[in-house]
Amino acid sequence: MTERHWGGDYFFLFENLILKDFRIRYRNMSLGILWSVINPLVMMTVLTFIFGRVYGSGGDAHNRPFPVFVLCGLVPFNFFVGALMTGATSVVDSAGMVKRVLVPREVVPIAAVLSNCVHLLIQIALLLLLTVCFGLRPNRYWLWMPVIWALYVTFLCGLALGSSAINVYIRDTRYVLESFNTVLFWLVPIFYSFSIIPEKYRDIYQYNPVAALVFAMRNILMDGIAPPMSLIENLTIAAGVALGLGLLIFRRLKPGFYEHI
Amino acid sequence: MRAALRFDHVTKTFVHHAGQLLLRERLIEMLRPSRRPRFEALKDISFELTHGESLGLIGPNGAGKSTILNLATGLSQPDRGSITVDGRVTALLELGAGFHPDLTGAENVRVNAAMMGMTRRQMAEKFEEIVDFSGVREFINEPLRVYSAGMNVRLAFAVAVAADPEVLLIDEVLGVGDQAFYARCLEKIRSFQNEGKTIVLASHSAELILMLCDQALWIERGRVVMQGPAVEVVAAYRASGS
Repeated sequence: MTERHWGGDYFFLFENLILKDFRIRYRNMSLGILWSVINPLVMMTVLTFIFGRVYGSGGDAHNRPFPVFVLCGLVPFNFFVGALMTGATSVVDSAGMVKRVLVPREVVPIAAVLSNCVHLLIQIALLLLLTVCFGLRPNRYWLWMPVIWALYVTFLCGLALGSSAINVYIRDTRYVLESFNTVLFWLVPIFYSFSIIPEKYRDIYQYNPVAALVFAMRNILMDGIAPPMSLIENLTIAAGVALGLGLLIFRRLKPGFYEHI
Repeated sequence: MRAALRFDHVTKTFVHHAGQLLLRERLIEMLRPSRRPRFEALKDISFELTHGESLGLIGPNGAGKSTILNLATGLSQPDRGSITVDGRVTALLELGAGFHPDLTGAENVRVNAAMMGMTRRQMAEKFEEIVDFSGVREFINEPLRVYSAGMNVRLAFAVAVAADPEVLLIDEVLGVGDQAFYARCLEKIRSFQNEGKTIVLASHSAELILMLCDQALWIERGRVVMQGPAVEVVAAYRASGS
C-alpha cells in the first residue's frame, strides 16, 4: 500500500518547523542568539593561542591571519556536527509528531538541518566580519559562497535523512556519530593547512566534503581566488550521492517507524 | 459514489516485544534470525462510510479502536487488506499531539495547521476563527505549558476543524473540555455532518456515540463483535454489561 498523499504547503510547513526549533532553543537562554557567536569565538581564541603562540607555528597559515584561518575551519565543522547530531536524532525526538500527525516524515530531518542554518548564517556573518577586520578585502569570489554552502547543506540533508532513519532502529547510532565527529575534528584541517599534509595522506582530505568546504572558504576569503573546479565537483558529487542514498534509506525504513518509535 | 472511508478486510499485527533498539541486539539478530511473535491488533475489519455518515467505535480498552484511527489517518500501514480515503483527513488522536509546551498558543496553532496541510493564506484567513472557537484568546500569547488540559484540547479541536477535512477522526479526547465547550464541539460536529463530512469517533461513552453517530462498530480484542446502526449496536453493547 502506498503512503497517503499529503496535500499541504511545504514552504509554509518548513518555515513553521524552523521557527519552532529556533524559538524553543533560544527562548530558554538569557543570552539568546549571542551563544551562536560566543562558542566559535572561544574555540577560535583557544586554537589560535595553542597553535599560533604555544607551538608558535602560526607560519602554517602562510602569513595569513591565524584567527580567520581557524574560523574558516571551525564554521564548516561546527555546522557539520550540529546539523548531523540534531538531524540524526530528529525523527525519534519528534515522536509526538511522527506518531500522531500525518505529515511527510522526510520533512523532520530536513527541517532539523535547515534550523541549524540559522546559526550557520550568524557564524558566517561573524567570519566575514572578522575577515574584513583583519584587512582582507571582499572580492568577487565571495559569490561562490552561496553555491558551496548550498551543496554542503544538501550533503548534510542526505546524511541526516539516512542517520535519522537508522537511529529509529538502532538507538545508539548517536554515540557512533559522536565518536566519528571526534575523529573528524582532527581529520579536518581546522588549524593546519593542506600544504603540510604528506603526499600519501592527501586522499583523505581530497575526498572529504568537510575538508573541501574548509579549503574552498580559505581560497575565497584569504587567497582571493576561486575554489578549484575539482573541489566544486567533489562537493557536487558528495551532495548528490548523500541525498540519493539518504532518501533511499529513509524510504526503505519509513514503514516501520510507527512500530519502533 | 466513492466511499469517504473504506476498510477492506484490514488486518494489523504488532511485534509482541520490539526488543531493545540497540546495536548489540541488531547484530545478534543478524547472526541468529528469529521470528518474534506478533499479535493481531485488528483482524479482518471491514466497513464503508459514505460522505456525511459517521461511525462510532466502541469497545473496552485495548480493543483496537485507536489502531483503527491510526490506520485511517495513514500513520501506519495494514498487514493485509486495504484502506481508501476520499479527501483530506485530520485527526485528534491524543491530547496536545504535535503541540510544544514552550511555544505560545498562537505559535502552536500555526505549526499544527501547517502540519495538517493548511497553506499560508488559509492560515491567515482562519487564524481569528480558530482563536474565537477555542475560547482561549486571553492566553493565546502565553506558552502552552500554562494551559489546562481543557484549554489544550479546545485549541487542538479548533485547529483540526479549521483545516476543513473531509474525514475527521477523533479519539476519546473531547471529555476533558468543560460543558460549554463540549456543547460547542457537538454543535460543530453536527454542522460538519450536515456539510457531508465523515466522522469517526472512538469512545467509551455509549451516550456520545448515540448522540453523534448513525453507525457503530463494536470491537473486542481486535475482532468485530457487531456492526450496524448505532442504536442497535449500543443497545447490544450495553446489554452485554461492558
